[in-house]
Amino acid sequence: MSFLDFTILFIKIVVVLGVLLNMVPLLVWVERRGAAFIQDRPGPNRVGPLGLFQPLADALKFIFKEDPIPFHVDPVLFMLAPLFALIPAVVTFAAIPFGDTIELFGRTITLQIADMNIGILYILAFGSLGIYGILIAGWASNNKYSTLGALRSSAQMISYEIAMGAALVGPLMIYETFSLREMVFRQEAIWGIFLQPLAFVIVLIAAFAECNRLPFDLPEGEAEIVAGYHTEYGSMKFAIFFMAEYLHVVTICSVIVTLFLGGWHLIPGMLTLAGWIGIPTFPTSVGLSLLQVASFCIKTAFMIWIFIWIRWTFPRFRYDQLMSFGWKIMVPLGLINILLTTVALYFKWI
Amino acid sequence: MSYSYYLILSSILFTIGVSGVLLRRNLIVIFMSIELMLNSVNLALVAISKYLHHVDGQIFVFFIITVAAAEAAVGLAIVIALYRHKETTNIDEINLLKG
Amino acid sequence: MAMVYQTTIWQITIWLLSAICVVCALSVILQKNPVVSAIHLVGCFFALAGLFLMLHAPFLAAAQIIVYAGAIMVLFIFVIMLLNLKKDPERFSAARLFRLPRIALLSLLLFSFLISIFATAFPFASYSRADTGRSVGDVATLLFTKYLFPFELASLLLLIAMIGGIVMAKKRLP
Repeated sequence: MSFLDFTILFIKIVVVLGVLLNMVPLLVWVERRGAAFIQDRPGPNRVGPLGLFQPLADALKFIFKEDPIPFHVDPVLFMLAPLFALIPAVVTFAAIPFGDTIELFGRTITLQIADMNIGILYILAFGSLGIYGILIAGWASNNKYSTLGALRSSAQMISYEIAMGAALVGPLMIYETFSLREMVFRQEAIWGIFLQPLAFVIVLIAAFAECNRLPFDLPEGEAEIVAGYHTEYGSMKFAIFFMAEYLHVVTICSVIVTLFLGGWHLIPGMLTLAGWIGIPTFPTSVGLSLLQVASFCIKTAFMIWIFIWIRWTFPRFRYDQLMSFGWKIMVPLGLINILLTTVALYFKWI
Repeated sequence: MSYSYYLILSSILFTIGVSGVLLRRNLIVIFMSIELMLNSVNLALVAISKYLHHVDGQIFVFFIITVAAAEAAVGLAIVIALYRHKETTNIDEINLLKG
Repeated sequence: MAMVYQTTIWQITIWLLSAICVVCALSVILQKNPVVSAIHLVGCFFALAGLFLMLHAPFLAAAQIIVYAGAIMVLFIFVIMLLNLKKDPERFSAARLFRLPRIALLSLLLFSFLISIFATAFPFASYSRADTGRSVGDVATLLFTKYLFPFELASLLLLIAMIGGIVMAKKRLP
């Protein structure tokens, strides 16, 4: 790897990190305005036009507020826990292809930080590390509510991880590869969601449980157990947990887009739109690459909107309902999906 | 990098695991040392499989990981049952065969 | 292609990963707080996964993180939380601490023995080009043809372990 390759990789990492970390304030705004829209109320509209500076105000509040470390907590673990929650959520994005190659300065740059031949396993691995943040936060807080929230949350996350893993075997069988870049290439003719609808539904539901979002919100259920595992956390550390949750949502949406919604392939109709505007797109060009990146971003934004929509539509599951749903319905459905995919592949229907 | 380096590292980890089992008195830490020993063996197997240009070593490691998972689950269940009975995880106090 | 393996960055990475592994392993047996021990063990597993990657076993690296770091250690921390184990004031078993000098001497002897064997054990070490790429496919092919019976047995073993774990940890009804 020459020095230029290294620099390009570094720039890619900086760009992706920048976009990801800046998605958080945007998502805060979208969530609050979207929630207000669904609940038929105005939402934040005081701070700046349409309330667009509200996340900025929130960030300033978090920075200037006192960061309490209560006396009864375990200090080292208390301070480490938010990092355990944040780092897997960010690192998982390294395997996701957000575009095809782009030709700049005579070099072909792959728009993916790390094209591994075990891409989907990498995502499963680092997705399963998000549990540690919650467990350590619950344990370090030395507090009944936190411990309860942490235990429930990790039990929920592990159960739905199994459902997600079982459901992911279906697309693996169809695309015959673990590498995410190859998977997007194989979706050129037809998107994954049409070949594996059951797997899409299972992965979507398991993704809600993985991110601790409603309707699987019990671990941080407000009004049930105060605030669950982040009861004792104050300004900046709470902000890191907050960020970690939103980044996890963004990452999981990107994974779903890559596996089922065709990744960076152009949304049908975008080529004609580009033709009208006059962007040269044949055979490959910087314009086409940027269109592909834009396509990926639009699809991810659509999935994030579905996450937010569902959060403000459904009530919360009770804990035993949640666990029985995960083990008794999701996991068998995942296995049935494997069976159906095998049959379809054997008879060459797909 | 020669392969003997990996085997030396594996033996260091194994020794640390064995000392953990022999010296610590908290049952769960003893369990963790056992997992450490299993992992040292995994490392040795992968190194030797690479040296012989075979993939069989990696499959063996795959099965060791599976068996270790099963053993951890059952062992921790036993620890929980024992704790319910004796209220302690200190192995110096779990020295009577009869309840 | 073989030249990249002798480069300094490769060697530095392997040394760094091994150092992390040994330091974390020592912390596991020396820490007072069992949760901190568990976290250090997770760090050790990460370092081992990195070493697996250096040895061209990417599937095993991912399996190690998914199974060991992501599931087994979560189970350990779960049990520690359930049993509410706080800091252990006397870490080492007083009844066995007197054995420490003996254990240290024996391990030192074992070490020198093993190192003298291992240092001369691999005369034909070579990295071939065929080792990179498609290793997941090779593992899968072998797993489903030559080792199919152990694979099915392993699934049966996991089922038995699941049932056994649930039965043993259940609360006995009065």
